[in-house]
Amino acid sequence: MTGWLVASVGLVGDGTYFGWDGFTIQSGNLIVIVVMIILFVLALVLPFPGGKRRK
Amino acid sequence: MTAGATPGHGAPVDEADAHTLTGRVRRWLLRKLPPDKLLPEDQPVFVASWAYVFGMGAVASLLWIIVSGIVLGLNGPQWYHVSSLGSFVNSTHLWSVELFFIFMVVHLWLKFWMAAWRGGRVLTWITGVISFVVSIVAAFTGYLLQTNFDSQWIAFEAKDALNAVGVGAWFNVANVGQLFTWHVTLLPLAVGAMVVLHVLLVRVHGVAPPLEAAESDAQLRRDRPGPAEPPEPAEPRGDGR
Amino acid sequence: MTRKSSSISWRNTDDVASRPWTGSVREYDLIKELIIGVVVVGLLVLGVSAIFGSPDEPSVSLKAWATAAPSDFVGTAAKELAGTSDTAGYGPPYNSTPDATQKIGPVDLQSLSGVRLPVDTASDFVITPLSTLPSPPEALARWAAATDQQRSSWAAAYSDALAAAPDNDPAKVAGGDYGPVPALTGALLDMARQGSLDGVLQNGGNFYNMDYTRSLLFLGDGGYFPDLAASQHLSGDQWGVMNETGDTPGQSWLWLFSLLYQIEPFKSAPNADAIVVVAMLVLTALLALLPFIPGLRSLPRMIPLHRLIWKDYYRNR
Repeated sequence: MTGWLVASVGLVGDGTYFGWDGFTIQSGNLIVIVVMIILFVLALVLPFPGGKRRK
Repeated sequence: MTAGATPGHGAPVDEADAHTLTGRVRRWLLRKLPPDKLLPEDQPVFVASWAYVFGMGAVASLLWIIVSGIVLGLNGPQWYHVSSLGSFVNSTHLWSVELFFIFMVVHLWLKFWMAAWRGGRVLTWITGVISFVVSIVAAFTGYLLQTNFDSQWIAFEAKDALNAVGVGAWFNVANVGQLFTWHVTLLPLAVGAMVVLHVLLVRVHGVAPPLEAAESDAQLRRDRPGPAEPPEPAEPRGDGR
Repeated sequence: MTRKSSSISWRNTDDVASRPWTGSVREYDLIKELIIGVVVVGLLVLGVSAIFGSPDEPSVSLKAWATAAPSDFVGTAAKELAGTSDTAGYGPPYNSTPDATQKIGPVDLQSLSGVRLPVDTASDFVITPLSTLPSPPEALARWAAATDQQRSSWAAAYSDALAAAPDNDPAKVAGGDYGPVPALTGALLDMARQGSLDGVLQNGGNFYNMDYTRSLLFLGDGGYFPDLAASQHLSGDQWGVMNETGDTPGQSWLWLFSLLYQIEPFKSAPNADAIVVVAMLVLTALLALLPFIPGLRSLPRMIPLHRLIWKDYYRNR
């Protein structure tokens, strides 16, 4: 993570947090949110495999 | 009831057949949700997008939550602290919950942008939101049942919000006996019931068609020549209510 | 043929969205989709669980607290005796401290339940546990014989003296009229260090117990337990509502609830909990009723992401 993201790595088991004043997010939660956004975008753009058409 | 009285595949339900309350309920159920609508073998041609798989992903995750939760519940809340198998089952319970919420939230986002409440499907939307809310409460009670530092702290913090609105006296987050009942019986039943109702409503109403679908679309025309018609230019549309 | 446009409305009308689909269809096997879903999700769950596991930070006992932070423990016990701890001033459902409740305007939801889980901090956290000892401290008799006013003045004086002492160390407290209070808090510290206070506070002499209300309130009145939570980024002002210990994702779906605690007017409100909960209930109701809200429900038409979702259909119209 670069730029405005400031990593603060504490002791073992303390977890990794990103943020700036007033806002912090834990790495696990950040990953979950990023995964949701990626899945959402992929669902919009990826072509769906074609099935059998019939009427 | 004789075999001949049972409506066949797609056959209209015999109105005269119902002369008891039971019969009338059956007639209503079969009219609302005939078997070929409950378990269809095909879907409208527009059901061709990855946007349609996230609901099923959430249902599949819920099944894994239930299976891992039964194993954890039958062993009691202390088991996973001391057994490596217990710890692994606890991990599968946690991660299936994370996946459940991931799929459910993406499903919710997609259904919003599809305006899937259109055409009398508003109850489907509402039951979906209720499923989400009840799932959040169920997950919260799960976090409180961890019987470790995390649950200790969550209970200490969460009591203030619950007490401030007057429910903390009955829903006491520091009472593990109460929490066990909520998390293992009441809330799973509530989540299950809402999800089943939600899925049945989807089957009753069918999948909402594309927002700009119109009578003149090739896919809807009786004399359908195939997808040969050139796309029509977009035209202004009113709210149309 | 006239093109009848599809409406954004939730109403059941005579448009394409309301009528059963009569157009062309494609084969779609729901049961096969379910089986594939269960298998794929199952592999994901087993794989991620094997790689990342799940955190299990051990719980904090009163014994651990008394051992690791004895001064904090004694200071908290003195506040419980003086009736100046957070719990003592909490109000319903634990006690009836005046003006302690969080109100929303004139509405006082916190008082609705009354004192349903009564906690008398001096008696429940200090005096009663000490009286269960095989040889209770003699200071108990002096405490019992004193008036309420005398008790509070001893305990408050000792509590203030502890706060003023170097490192809040009970051994370095300046002299004063503290009555039996130093002996009581010292005896409670010994009891906690030996591990017997945990059991007594939790089950109150019974064999079974699943209610941790008293132990948790006492623990939370100190500084040790909240400091541990803050070091794990679990405090309310650290977005802690969402967070799990370590790097494992927590309840990220509580992001909005957590966010409200970080912003005004909620952040500095004395009734923050009450108004945050009410705000969340209102916002949740809005989400459920979104199809009825003009403007919001039209967003999908104004920002047509649906053209991506149904691109195959629109291409073949």
